[in-house]
Amino acid sequence: MYYKTTGYRLFTVLNYCILLLAGILCILPIIHILAISFSASAPANSHLVGLWPVDFNIESYTKTLNNPNFSRAFVISLGRTVLGTFMTMSVIILAGYALSKDASVFKSRNIYAWYFVFTMLFTGGMIPSYIVVRNLHLMDTIWALVLPGAVQVFNMILLMNFFKATPKEMEEAALIDGAGHFTVLFRVYLPLAMPSIATLSLFSIVGNWNAWFDGLLYINNYRNYPLATFLQTIIVQQDFSKLNPDVNELKNISQRTVKAAQIFIGILPVLIVYPFLQRFFVKGIVLGAIKE
Amino acid sequence: MGTVGEVTGIGTPVRRKGIKGFLRRTWPLHVMLLPAVVLQFIFGYLPLGGLVIAFKDYKPYDGIWGSKWVGLDHFKFMFEYPDSKQVILNTTLIAGLKIIFNIVVPFCFALLLNEVRRNSVKRTVQTLVYLPYFISWVFLGGILNDMLSTDGIINMLLHNWFGLDPILFLGSGNWFRFIVVLTDVWQQFGFGTIVYLAALAGVNPSLYEAAEVDGANRWRQTLSITIPSLAPIVIVVGTLAIGNIMNAGFDQIFNLYNPLVYDKGDIIDTFVYRTGILNGQYSFGTAVGIFKSLVGFVLIVIGYRVAYKLADYKIF
Repeated sequence: MYYKTTGYRLFTVLNYCILLLAGILCILPIIHILAISFSASAPANSHLVGLWPVDFNIESYTKTLNNPNFSRAFVISLGRTVLGTFMTMSVIILAGYALSKDASVFKSRNIYAWYFVFTMLFTGGMIPSYIVVRNLHLMDTIWALVLPGAVQVFNMILLMNFFKATPKEMEEAALIDGAGHFTVLFRVYLPLAMPSIATLSLFSIVGNWNAWFDGLLYINNYRNYPLATFLQTIIVQQDFSKLNPDVNELKNISQRTVKAAQIFIGILPVLIVYPFLQRFFVKGIVLGAIKE
Repeated sequence: MGTVGEVTGIGTPVRRKGIKGFLRRTWPLHVMLLPAVVLQFIFGYLPLGGLVIAFKDYKPYDGIWGSKWVGLDHFKFMFEYPDSKQVILNTTLIAGLKIIFNIVVPFCFALLLNEVRRNSVKRTVQTLVYLPYFISWVFLGGILNDMLSTDGIINMLLHNWFGLDPILFLGSGNWFRFIVVLTDVWQQFGFGTIVYLAALAGVNPSLYEAAEVDGANRWRQTLSITIPSLAPIVIVVGTLAIGNIMNAGFDQIFNLYNPLVYDKGDIIDTFVYRTGILNGQYSFGTAVGIFKSLVGFVLIVIGYRVAYKLADYKIF
């Protein structure tokens, strides 16, 4: 057996070291930012903080959470995530079910399918989309963030394939009992598709939470910014002009520890859903790949 | 009472002819598709109509139809404008490097991970390396801007360990490109590994058993069995990635760059945003966008053709 040779044992030890190092390297920046956020201002500003807080305190978090701009952006992000995920999921579940019907019983199916696939290949791009949203007077509303991305064709096709794999006998039994399409979808298909719906919902939650560019594009008033956009302007672009020129607030925001706390709070929701997400997606992707 | 299929249109083929019968059976399906169709029309198809502004001198005040036609002027200008050549070069260079490393690194990582027989270690490593993929470039950009600044932790360590002078990682063009490719690989390689791990799980174990009987060691087995078994999936991933040569990663670059590195770090998407949206040159920006989509589309088609030829890959 090859794995009992000295050479392979040596390789195994080395391999474990490389893999664990790579794993640690992936979370070091997050630990670093976490350590800064819990440190006192002075050591943080003189760059004395590595992976462990110096002079532990939670001042940066109280400052962040007491900042009305930050908490408003947080609430807007939360609302956008809930609304966006609900919209996307309802739209793609309904459409995915209809598309899962065979073309022999639902003649227009292929026309609909091409209608959606076409937009995967040809898009108007940033500027024409911007003009459409502006002409519809959606600028500065939450709808500008939620509606343009609501139809996720790729996920719709995934769901469609999942629905197709549902045993037809269950559906026929329901039909004999007099059920219509809506009943079949909600009582037969949905309960069976829960794992894939959970996966897609989690992806949508993370996607909505992380989205920042649409906020920059479609929201002019910084008071309506979602959190990711808000932090993008003040942390990455260092653009404070959009905030009220309140000297105290400016001083707080430009502090390194406060920035770190803001970044960490921004990541936190993703870190919370990540364990659930990971359990589902590994299974989903591996299954899909093996089928091929 | 007819059969189930006749009444509801589900299950068995259509028997009753005529548009009325068809609509009676399938109206719920049309209703279900309605929200998606309407939304897609507004946000997918209306912007396609907006592409005409690339051939006009679009003024928001005059509206799309009120603006003057200018033909291919914006496209001509694009090819004469020295900045746009540099931008196209930057885009393909950065995207090309990302494509290569985003195949090589996950591939090697999957091979190494596949040698781990202790499940707890395997799962721990996977959990750690997938994580950055789910964090937005806004937050990663915030962290990296801090770590890579002249007085950031990286320069601090380089100074303390090797006595190096501070390096302007994000402020000088060549370093910027290097950092962009490196951090992109850092963010993505864990997630990219999944595909290869799945393919590795599908390799026939009897091949390894036979090789062992023949006295092949693990290195020999990797060269003669594992890598050839993964070749098709690598070809598919590689050829499909060609379609992305015009996408060098807007989110990442936008959150890392600054005016100092516009010359070597500006890519088509960031260029379109700055000239098109920020400077209000809607028509010119759209023309650049169309050029990008066209090249991308041609490359996607070529990529799929090649993938089909070499690895028998089909999407539909």
